[in-house]
Amino acid sequence: MSTEPLPAVRGDLSLGVDVGGTNTDAVVLDASDTVIAHTKQPTTEDVTGGIRAAIAAVLETLGGRRAEVRRVMMGTTHATNAIVGRRGLGRVAVIRLGAPAATGYPPLTGWPRDLRDSVLAGAAVLPGGHMVDGMPISKLNPAAVGAFLDGLEGPVDAVAVCGIFSPSFPEQEAQVAEIVRARLGGGVPVSLSQDIGAIGLLERENATVLNAALYGIARGVTDALLTVVQEQGLGDAAVYFAQNDGTLMALDFAARHPVLTIGSGPANSIRGAAFLSGAENAIVVDVGGTTSDLGVVVSGFPRESTLPREIGGVRTNFRMPDILSIGVGGGTRVDPATGRLGPDSVGHRLHTMALAFGGDTATLTDAAVHTGRAGGAPDWSVDVAPATGASLEKALGRAHEWLQESVERLSHGKTDLPLVVVGGGGFLVPDDLPGAGTVLRPAHGDVANAVGAAMSLAGGRAHEIGTYEGRDEAVAKASQAAVERAIEAGADPLRVEVVDILETPVSYSTQQTIRVSVKAAGPLARLGSRDSPPVARA
Amino acid sequence: MTRHITSDDVPALAAGAAIFGTGGGGAVTTSQFGVAAALDLHGPVRLRRVGELTPDDAVIVMAGIGAPTVGIEMLPSAEQPETLLREMERASGRRITAVMATEIGGTNGVGPVGWAAQLGLDVLDADGMGRAFPEATMVAMNVAGVPRNLTVLSDVVGNVTVMRTIDATWLERHVRAFSVAGGSLCLGASMLDAADVPGAVIEGTVSRAIEVGHAMLGAQDPVAALSRTLDASVLVNGKIVDVSRRTEGGFVRGSVTIAGTGAERDRLLRVELQNENLVVLEDGEVLVSVPDLVTLVDSETGHAISTELLRFGQRVSVLAWACDPLWRTERGLEIAGPPAFGYDIPYVPFEPGRTAPGAAGREGATTTSGATA
Repeated sequence: MSTEPLPAVRGDLSLGVDVGGTNTDAVVLDASDTVIAHTKQPTTEDVTGGIRAAIAAVLETLGGRRAEVRRVMMGTTHATNAIVGRRGLGRVAVIRLGAPAATGYPPLTGWPRDLRDSVLAGAAVLPGGHMVDGMPISKLNPAAVGAFLDGLEGPVDAVAVCGIFSPSFPEQEAQVAEIVRARLGGGVPVSLSQDIGAIGLLERENATVLNAALYGIARGVTDALLTVVQEQGLGDAAVYFAQNDGTLMALDFAARHPVLTIGSGPANSIRGAAFLSGAENAIVVDVGGTTSDLGVVVSGFPRESTLPREIGGVRTNFRMPDILSIGVGGGTRVDPATGRLGPDSVGHRLHTMALAFGGDTATLTDAAVHTGRAGGAPDWSVDVAPATGASLEKALGRAHEWLQESVERLSHGKTDLPLVVVGGGGFLVPDDLPGAGTVLRPAHGDVANAVGAAMSLAGGRAHEIGTYEGRDEAVAKASQAAVERAIEAGADPLRVEVVDILETPVSYSTQQTIRVSVKAAGPLARLGSRDSPPVARA
Repeated sequence: MTRHITSDDVPALAAGAAIFGTGGGGAVTTSQFGVAAALDLHGPVRLRRVGELTPDDAVIVMAGIGAPTVGIEMLPSAEQPETLLREMERASGRRITAVMATEIGGTNGVGPVGWAAQLGLDVLDADGMGRAFPEATMVAMNVAGVPRNLTVLSDVVGNVTVMRTIDATWLERHVRAFSVAGGSLCLGASMLDAADVPGAVIEGTVSRAIEVGHAMLGAQDPVAALSRTLDASVLVNGKIVDVSRRTEGGFVRGSVTIAGTGAERDRLLRVELQNENLVVLEDGEVLVSVPDLVTLVDSETGHAISTELLRFGQRVSVLAWACDPLWRTERGLEIAGPPAFGYDIPYVPFEPGRTAPGAAGREGATTTSGATA
């Protein structure tokens, strides 16, 4: 292998795609992470069309350099939309290990009935599982697993397995996966809870079942992306999916863990915006037509939520960025009489309905134009009666207050964190927002999510429970598992490192125990450039 | 009129129980799902007032015991309530007719309704605390001096212990040992003879939790609805500006500082907490202390925020209201007054309607330095 570095600008382009509900964006970054092509195309019903249009547009900009695209990374809200819309979900057989414990709460307890009916192929709570100290609750009974599988009626698209304390004692779930493969064949995928979520049985089980139900959807999206990649002659490029925490998954990992893409849209936006602004630690606000979505980036990673998250009415505890959404957007209605904000928005009809565009609906955009805050568009004007003008001013003031409250809520008291503003409604955020540090408005902020996808790292997280005395050992074990998971997700084994360690004390026991949670991440291994030597990154 | 609890009441019961949890008592959501499912399956349960008990009645007093962090992962067995009932009837020789919650605050205030549905028993409209407390000794039955020398414990795999302990201190010690052996989680029960119930329980707390929950969930202004229904004072509306926690002897101790917003901008309150919110201070003066009740709620939704979920920047309202008179007796304060939690301050009964500082005991606060307003 040659150690001679090639010029960094050649042969090492990353193409990022973000498939949202409205738009499909694409960008191309060069080896120094500079945006050299970008586009915004409408998302199509079949997904493929929008991806095709977006990728074709940026490749056209690249011209002769299209052959230098080495990596394609995608972020999408497709899985989220499938759950929320109950579309295209598979039927899942659910095996919980731990009986007689947890028999008081059958699997899928608390799910909306229609979602449960469309997903559940059958469920059983069977012997197995562990106590917090590793004591088996009961012995795994392979025959009982077999009998449950034999007794299933109707089609089964996937199997979900969730054992009590399996994140700490994972072998048993893997054993059950073997039994399932032996009975149902390798064609029925098995989703294990240890790969999906943290301690919290029902939430982790829910996420595992959703993951199993999303296999078909995931295949559809990965196939769409691969089809376009092949069509466009990018067959040599490595293809990745972005996950909730702003790190990437190799395609085969993504195909097995589709639920981990559920928060990737906002995660990419946060990472991309922070990156474009140059800030390692920042608060990011993405101001759209309907909402402002705020998140925090810490050392380049989106901060994760510690609260259980609901998706489509189902409580889950998988990794999600800590996002605060508020009803402040460019299309947010303003009551011209009182100045009351929203609650609804005119959305994509802003350009016909708002006063500034000749319509008859007062919006926050009009308030910004009226007060001269809209910047950049000097020809806009809003001609209103003084009373309406006062209402608009009041509404904008309220929007600023709301943004300020949200920034304070996310900043945990650090008033010097820069505030990165992206999105079409960014002018709603004043440069002197109290509670925020410097306000940054990076170029290409409108495609921050695709940028985020294109420059993400590969990462993995693992958990351990240990005694206070055995804390160091628990951290070491969790770190090793996290590093292995990051490498499995595509990270370069030589450059992967531990980036986060969380410790939670477990009270009310004579033996003091703690739970540690470790995250590891690293740049992607350059698997896509197998016929060329490693390329130094600027 | 006899009333029943239906699955429609469960969200209100859960929200109300969280309010009475005073920051502790564990998350109510999992119980909420289980109880709603049990009521759907077995039908509504009858809620009986203390005055409706006859000499033939006997009450099983139940609670889940253990580490909340374990409780979210290792959930109870469906068999445990039946096991406890069977062993308690065998050991006591009595036929049990109703279930009472040991504590109305938090998850233990919700679960017993589902257990009653499953067991075909009534629910007694009362509990042992009127709130949440961290120890099994901190119950009204102990204040009243009703002997509780018979306890049954059951773990998730089916082990059962029938204990006859000499006093509450030994009871606490043995319960802990059994809980740890069973994976830091067990279900426990004691028994109350109908004749011993009056004066040894906090009455009306189940219907009150449901009422409070309904009022809050249906309100335009949830905080005002809570204040009205609970007869509680809103001590301050503000935002959290500091949260500090430390672990001492297996318990989480800490404090949270709330800065007033709007017209109350100049105020700074500190809430001292362990598993529950225990003492509220302003300018070095004690505004409220345990056993009176203090709950931090989300200023917008009114939902109670448990101590482990308090975060910088949250908009909160601090509610305080009076405890049951039983806790204000000499014996009640000995068991659950400020000194029982390690605070060397005199107890001054909290009276609703008082929001400004100054009326509380000025001579107190020796272990706690004043808020730095």
